[in-house]
Amino acid sequence: MITVNTDSKLDKIDVNALTEEQTALSIRDLDLYYGETQALDGISMDIPKGRVTAFIGPSGCGKSTLLRCINRMNDLVDTCRVDGEILLHGDNIYDRNVDVAALRRKVGMVFQRPNPFPKSIYENVVYGLRLMGVNDRRTLDEVVERSLKGAALWNEVKDRLKESAFSLSGGQQQRLVIARAIAIEPEVLLLDEPTSALDPISTLTIEELITELKSQFTVVIVTHNMQQAARVSDQTAFLYMGKLIEYTDTNALFTTPSMKQTEDYITGRYG
Amino acid sequence: MDKFNVGKHISGRFNEELGEVRNQVLTMGGLVEKQLSDALMAIQTNDTELADRVLDNDGKINAMEMKIDAACGQIIAKRQPTASDLRLVLAVIKTISDLERIGDEAERLAHVAKASFSKDQEHLLVSLENLGQQVLLMLRNVLDAFARMDEEAAYSVHQMDANADRQYEALTRQLMTYMMEDSRSIPKIMDVMWSARSLERIGDRCQNISEYIIYFVRGKDVRHISPEMMENTVRGR
Repeated sequence: MITVNTDSKLDKIDVNALTEEQTALSIRDLDLYYGETQALDGISMDIPKGRVTAFIGPSGCGKSTLLRCINRMNDLVDTCRVDGEILLHGDNIYDRNVDVAALRRKVGMVFQRPNPFPKSIYENVVYGLRLMGVNDRRTLDEVVERSLKGAALWNEVKDRLKESAFSLSGGQQQRLVIARAIAIEPEVLLLDEPTSALDPISTLTIEELITELKSQFTVVIVTHNMQQAARVSDQTAFLYMGKLIEYTDTNALFTTPSMKQTEDYITGRYG
Repeated sequence: MDKFNVGKHISGRFNEELGEVRNQVLTMGGLVEKQLSDALMAIQTNDTELADRVLDNDGKINAMEMKIDAACGQIIAKRQPTASDLRLVLAVIKTISDLERIGDEAERLAHVAKASFSKDQEHLLVSLENLGQQVLLMLRNVLDAFARMDEEAAYSVHQMDANADRQYEALTRQLMTYMMEDSRSIPKIMDVMWSARSLERIGDRCQNISEYIIYFVRGKDVRHISPEMMENTVRGR
């Protein structure tokens, strides 16, 4: 069978029956409440290693909430309560004794609006390392070059690393933020609508980058742009009103979805 | 009509575009059906005027194919259709290509209708009648199935082709006997033979269209698979 995705190098896998070897993250019976409101309802899914997984669904369906659960961003919301488990290497990240800062080093996140720090390009990239106490100049130089190359930004900024990050365009800033996220070599990279504030050309650059990133990281992306999910992801999960409706190979989901709700959403019909 | 499900998009313009494409396919199908039945009638009744009309009308079918193709291209470019919308556009593109070829076969039959057959050769043309009616029925039924996107009806058309093939083989044997009996009539018999071949090909193309209908409804490509697998797909097993 010919697959149109760029993943011809990837083996075919069944996302609903992953082996332990293939799994990066396992989400088990996850419920999430904001106060009285239930935002996620019984989500169970495995996210495969070294691939791009997309979460799609209408506004308020819980896709961003689910993404944020993966590095415990929701801890910052006072009224938020989580039941169920998310397993990273077999350990539940919601266990009482988990060091959240350590978790976020393993699970990095990039947000919708580029949020570089008011520092130089160089300092933005090494920020995480400095926090970890790394100050050796040569190590930092190497990390900056490797991360900026990894984020497809090196050639554009290599002669102006000392300039403020704010001198970059929106698309460049977003790639800088990705470089900052990958500088500390996380295992999982969470992207929360990473291109929704960018122009079409910057968007394509980021999409190209996402495809590159999966050779080193497990990527999970939330996007409002269905065509983007179709282009960049290997598997797609469709969420609706806090429930996981369908989770399968991206090619299958966009040509022959098995659930009517998925079909209605991706073809732009009334629910 | 219901299975088309074109009328529920949030974008009203998209509804109109898909609806318009579907209507055009049905119009083109009606035209092709008329061409085939006229060509058969022209052969049976030796009506050269009718045959001329068939020849004139083929251009209309070609133009419709191009027009629908262009409309489908615009839908792909502007709407990036997915799921059943995508399958509809793909099914339409493939269906009109088969319809256009059926139109070409009708044109070929019209040429035969214009060739003069002597009184004692006319019985040869009569032998085309059964096969002609069989494939005309297939075409009618497959267009009906397309109009309703009825996979069961499409499947019955698919089954009908075996019968058309049997009739074609029987006819071929009969024509070969005539050739052996009277070698001077071979050129005329060859005309009839080619006509029979055209009709047999029309049956195959109706079969193709029925496969696109099943693909649209069930989301599975049923070309080149075993009859059992095809039946299971149609029945949703």
